[in-house]
Amino acid sequence: MATSLELRTQPGTPVKHRRPGPPRRPRLSHVDVKYSPYLYIAPFFVLFAVFGAYPLVYTFWVSLHEWDLLAQEHPFVGLANYSALMSDSDFWNSVYNTLGIFVISTVPQLLLALWLANLLNRQLRARTFFRMGVLIPNITSTAAVAIVFGQLFSRDFGLINWALGLVGVGPIDWNASKLGSWIAISTMVDWRWTGYNALIFLAAMQAIPRDLYESASIDGARPARQFWSITVPMLRPTIIFCVIISTIGGLQLFTEPLLFNSGTNSIRGGPLRESQTMTMYMFENAFAPNYNFGYGAAVAWMLFALIVVVAIVNVLIIRRAARSS
Amino acid sequence: MSGGLWKGTRLTYVALLLAGVMSVFPIYWMFVVATRSSDAMGQVPPPITPGGNLPGNLDRLFANADARFITGMINSAIVAGCVTVSVVFFSSLAGFAFAKLRFRGSNALLLVIIATMMVPTQLGVIPLYMLMTDLGWNDRLQAVIVPGLVTGFGVFMMRQYASQAVSNELIEAARVDGCSTFRVFRSVVAPALRPAAAVLGLLTFMTTWNDFLWPYAVLNDPENPTVQLSLRALSNGYYQDMSQVFTGTAIATLPLLVVFIIFGRQIIGGIMEGAVKA
Repeated sequence: MATSLELRTQPGTPVKHRRPGPPRRPRLSHVDVKYSPYLYIAPFFVLFAVFGAYPLVYTFWVSLHEWDLLAQEHPFVGLANYSALMSDSDFWNSVYNTLGIFVISTVPQLLLALWLANLLNRQLRARTFFRMGVLIPNITSTAAVAIVFGQLFSRDFGLINWALGLVGVGPIDWNASKLGSWIAISTMVDWRWTGYNALIFLAAMQAIPRDLYESASIDGARPARQFWSITVPMLRPTIIFCVIISTIGGLQLFTEPLLFNSGTNSIRGGPLRESQTMTMYMFENAFAPNYNFGYGAAVAWMLFALIVVVAIVNVLIIRRAARSS
Repeated sequence: MSGGLWKGTRLTYVALLLAGVMSVFPIYWMFVVATRSSDAMGQVPPPITPGGNLPGNLDRLFANADARFITGMINSAIVAGCVTVSVVFFSSLAGFAFAKLRFRGSNALLLVIIATMMVPTQLGVIPLYMLMTDLGWNDRLQAVIVPGLVTGFGVFMMRQYASQAVSNELIEAARVDGCSTFRVFRSVVAPALRPAAAVLGLLTFMTTWNDFLWPYAVLNDPENPTVQLSLRALSNGYYQDMSQVFTGTAIATLPLLVVFIIFGRQIIGGIMEGAVKA
């Protein structure tokens, strides 16, 4: 870190005389150097305090109340919202959906990204072209993705059912079944994020010293073996980073399932809540149609707890896997 | 070449080309349907070339009173523009402070910033909504703009860049010449940060333009949507005119596509650089 500003003009040092005229208000300059850094970083902390930290803590406070939007009084009820959640089958359904969609989207996404990164790491012509190609889905908005894929997955006119029909698979009603809607939603997520993760893996791969591979190939290790015994272990921190980021993102899914289901049932994830995620359930309770902020806030905290638990479990699994390989 | 950088075989190109086609096809298909009549959806085999219905689709899209598409585009431009300018400015300033100035607690404060990047945004939606109600900002654009004015990601990214891209000697020389710290920032540091600021600006603009969840929560007035809410209103109607819907998604995506085609190399560089240092 720079020490430069500590070396700033001391009274009487020859350095000062390089400047013509009298020194400009040394007092102010001292105050400036000492305190202005706080001024420069203050906007972040002020905004985060008001719009980030405060809502976070306040969510917990709200979750301890019976907090109807339209009511005048908000009586304190302790953990009643949480205990009601425990016996709320719609809540557990949303947990089940969230975890299901998370698993069938994240696992293939990260494996595919690893494979793509490995391809992109070879000596290629038109490198930038391919990198832009895999990243292009990421610039599209989630809403647009959900709308376009919703149509691709439509039962009657969808391209995917048409393509499946060519190989003799009958039309699938993707909206009407749990597994069908999970697959459709996971496809949207994977399409949008695989290339992004691939670029992050690629960046980490390029930082692996090349002589590791050279000595391995002298020892007769084939590319596949090199990939699993050098690349993957060396990428461990990056893999953990991507797993955590996709855990946070994957467990909060909202836009894709909401827009995949249209009409009055969309916030419920279909008529039988086939693809309602926890965030959707939070919205359904906190905003229209229920306007029960206390209950919604309790769902939000359960979501946070789930994210923390899943992230920890993921990291433990990766640690163990990396050690055993 | 051996090891991780062995020569690209023909199979590598085929696989990458396939991945590229899978990536691009849904976007391409969106543009195809945007230029056709809604019959395109039901045709067997489906058409894969553009048609001549774009003007008609645009007319219906712009006239659609439920979607308020033009208002949505303008609102999104305002929101994304304000947020981008502000994030770039405040993140550069804070990044400069963390990278080049010495002050008590700087390391701890930087850690706090990194930690905030891990906090799920969904968690605070309910009280944030209540806060906006108290402020009287519901249904107004500042409810979307103000919480995004500076981000932990931005500060961290600019800090990483500033620590290696700005020379200490130059800062020192400016101080000796009697510059205040802000003057140092303006005349010496800001110009050096320009490449990173550009990438941060692009990424911020895209994320803000694409955001759905928070605008959906706080902008309930159908008269005053962002463009993503317009798309939602379009696709959620009882009668779905798919070519009109796809024209909307295509137009909402177009600005980002143009930015990506012009600055794709820098964006990719920014993402990859951020990843290695994170």
